Amino acid sequence: MSQSLYNHLRLNVFPTPYCPGCGHGILLGAVIRAMDDAGIDWEKTLFVSGIGCAAWIPSPHLMVDTLHTLHGRPIAYATGAKIANPDLNVIVVSGDGDLSAIGGNHLIHAARRDLGITVICANNRIYGMTGGQAAPTTPCGATTQTTPWGDEERPFDLCNLVRGAGGKFVARHTVFQIRNLIKTLSTALSTDGFSFVEALSPCPTHYGKLNKIPTLGDFQDLMKVQYIDKRRWDKLTPEDRKEKIPTGIWREE
Amino acid sequence: MKHTIEKVKSPIKPGEYFLMGDEASADGAIAAGCNFFAGYPITPASEIMVRMVHRLRETDGSFIQMEDEIGSICAMIGASWAGSKAMTATSGPGLSLMMEGLGYAAITEAPIVIVDVQRAGPATGQATRPGSGDVFQVKYGSHGDYEIIALSPWSVQEVFDLTLEAFNLAEAYRVPVFVLADESVGHLRERVIVPEEVERWNRPFASGAPPFDTDDPNGIPSMPAFGQGEHLLVTGSTHDGKGYRKTQDAATHEKLVKRLVGKIRNAADEISRCETYQTDDADILIVAYGFSARASLDAISEFRSKGVKVGLFRPVTLWPFPEKGLLETARGVKHIVVPEMNYGQVSREVERILHREITALPQVDGEGMRPGTIVDGIEQLIGRAK
Ligand SMILES: Cc1ncc(C[n+]2csc(CCOP(=O)(O)OP(=O)(O)O)c2C)c(N)n1
Ligand code: SF4
Ligand SMILES: [Mg+2]
Repeated sequence: MSQSLYNHLRLNVFPTPYCPGCGHGILLGAVIRAMDDAGIDWEKTLFVSGIGCAAWIPSPHLMVDTLHTLHGRPIAYATGAKIANPDLNVIVVSGDGDLSAIGGNHLIHAARRDLGITVICANNRIYGMTGGQAAPTTPCGATTQTTPWGDEERPFDLCNLVRGAGGKFVARHTVFQIRNLIKTLSTALSTDGFSFVEALSPCPTHYGKLNKIPTLGDFQDLMKVQYIDKRRWDKLTPEDRKEKIPTGIWREE
Repeated sequence: MKHTIEKVKSPIKPGEYFLMGDEASADGAIAAGCNFFAGYPITPASEIMVRMVHRLRETDGSFIQMEDEIGSICAMIGASWAGSKAMTATSGPGLSLMMEGLGYAAITEAPIVIVDVQRAGPATGQATRPGSGDVFQVKYGSHGDYEIIALSPWSVQEVFDLTLEAFNLAEAYRVPVFVLADESVGHLRERVIVPEEVERWNRPFASGAPPFDTDDPNGIPSMPAFGQGEHLLVTGSTHDGKGYRKTQDAATHEKLVKRLVGKIRNAADEISRCETYQTDDADILIVAYGFSARASLDAISEFRSKGVKVGLFRPVTLWPFPEKGLLETARGVKHIVVPEMNYGQVSREVERILHREITALPQVDGEGMRPGTIVDGIEQLIGRAK
């Protein structure tokens, strides 16, 4: 670990509670590096999270003000804190279920308001903490505890959703594209207005086990086939797009 | 720890006003130093929000209309932890949506003020009609064990005074405080006196002190704010004094719950307030609050003119309920009647405290309590006793 990581962690709470191969720990490291790259003042920063495995990324690991809230509500709490004290850098880190199912309304309204916060969504496309139920981000056909015969519903494309709602900076990367992810997070943190970064983060324990992607390595292999740069994806035919997941920048203002 | 007290010149121009209850609530909040409002429009509380838009602009505070009441209470708690004196105003349906957040405010000991201008429920019920059906919900509506404070104004002046007091109590005890008004008082227009000077209480704070535990027997810890370099860990999960989650530890959970509840229960005599009218010689005691207490005065003068000795016990705080005052006032009284604009809530509390038979006089027709409801009820009681 580089010295800067140590400086911003509460080492007394380690190891993290994450399962082997969970992507959320990688995202934690990426967030710290992006904070330093963007030159954000940690003492004037508040991290807000909801409930779920992802919501534990900032709380209690980061040596900074943290507000670990209710399931689905971190953006609403962040809204109050930011408006009450506009000098605070307010950053939300939470899960896909938290931010787009139960908390979906707060997400689109914060984007619409152009609230000056950054929202980082750790998207594992499932409810990790509660044992692997379907999320609004679960791909069609994927197996979860509540879709044992494959999910028949269509998933949200969170970046399209937030761009449509008015987000100023909107991007997606996987935790495997670590350099891109850190750079993207750092741009988001420097954005004036509402910024949103979706970090695709594997959950080997539930998503992996149920969909025959048992290890982090298997996720990485799959990713190499699935994820492509958004600019290339834009040029694909609808048929070719089916098996692919675009990553990159949706909007930068 | 103890809160600090300051005296300031009233930010609302001192003098005499003719105000609606809802407007007086907004002005009382501003007098108290409220500098944050988050809300969602709902009848019959919207006038508070609309007045706060202007008042907070005048006083450099923050206002936001949220996407719903869940968002409103969460935003308030975020603002409270950022150092603000935060408020919302709502009514039944909005209050129901706030219940999970209420528990969060209680467990993180965030001072917030909720003005609930009660209407006739359940559900959408009669949106423009008064009720007092939320008395139990504010106390028991969120899951788990917690305590809150609830104040019940019966006049427009008292809406002003009690909203101000609600902020002071919230700060001193680090607890959610409700102003349980109802549509009748909220939309009533009356004279209000705004004083020259107001007393403001501010949350206890000592740099570095644990925000969720204290050696002080009052059970109220120091409350820092975000951005002060305290590296706060605020969580709605069970936590130790520094805020570290302890979700498997029995002793930590028990200690936290007992302190959260104890800091209010142990101070119940200090917090609770009541008033009595013509109770010295009373044979019949009316226990009534809010608008029903006003109607009781008419009933009392009607009976007194006929030589029937009726008096009124009026709890000003509904939670904690002024138990001592009630026990003292009820001593030697022959009958106790409890008129309410619900199907029996405070009446049960009165029964519990006094361990004796009482007569509940519920009026659930969505109208303000009529003196006639009380008069008829008492006459029946006298008739039966004869
Ligand atoms: C109001 C409420 N409903 C349900 C839950 C149970 N719950 C806890 S975490 C969670 C899902 C978390 O999923 P996600 O946000 O995607 O985070 P992950 O665990 O996958 O990282 C649920 C449903 C809760 N805590 N509160
Ligand atoms: S359940 Fe999934 S998301 Fe949660 S810690 Fe384990 S791998 Fe990570
Ligand atoms: Mg998830």
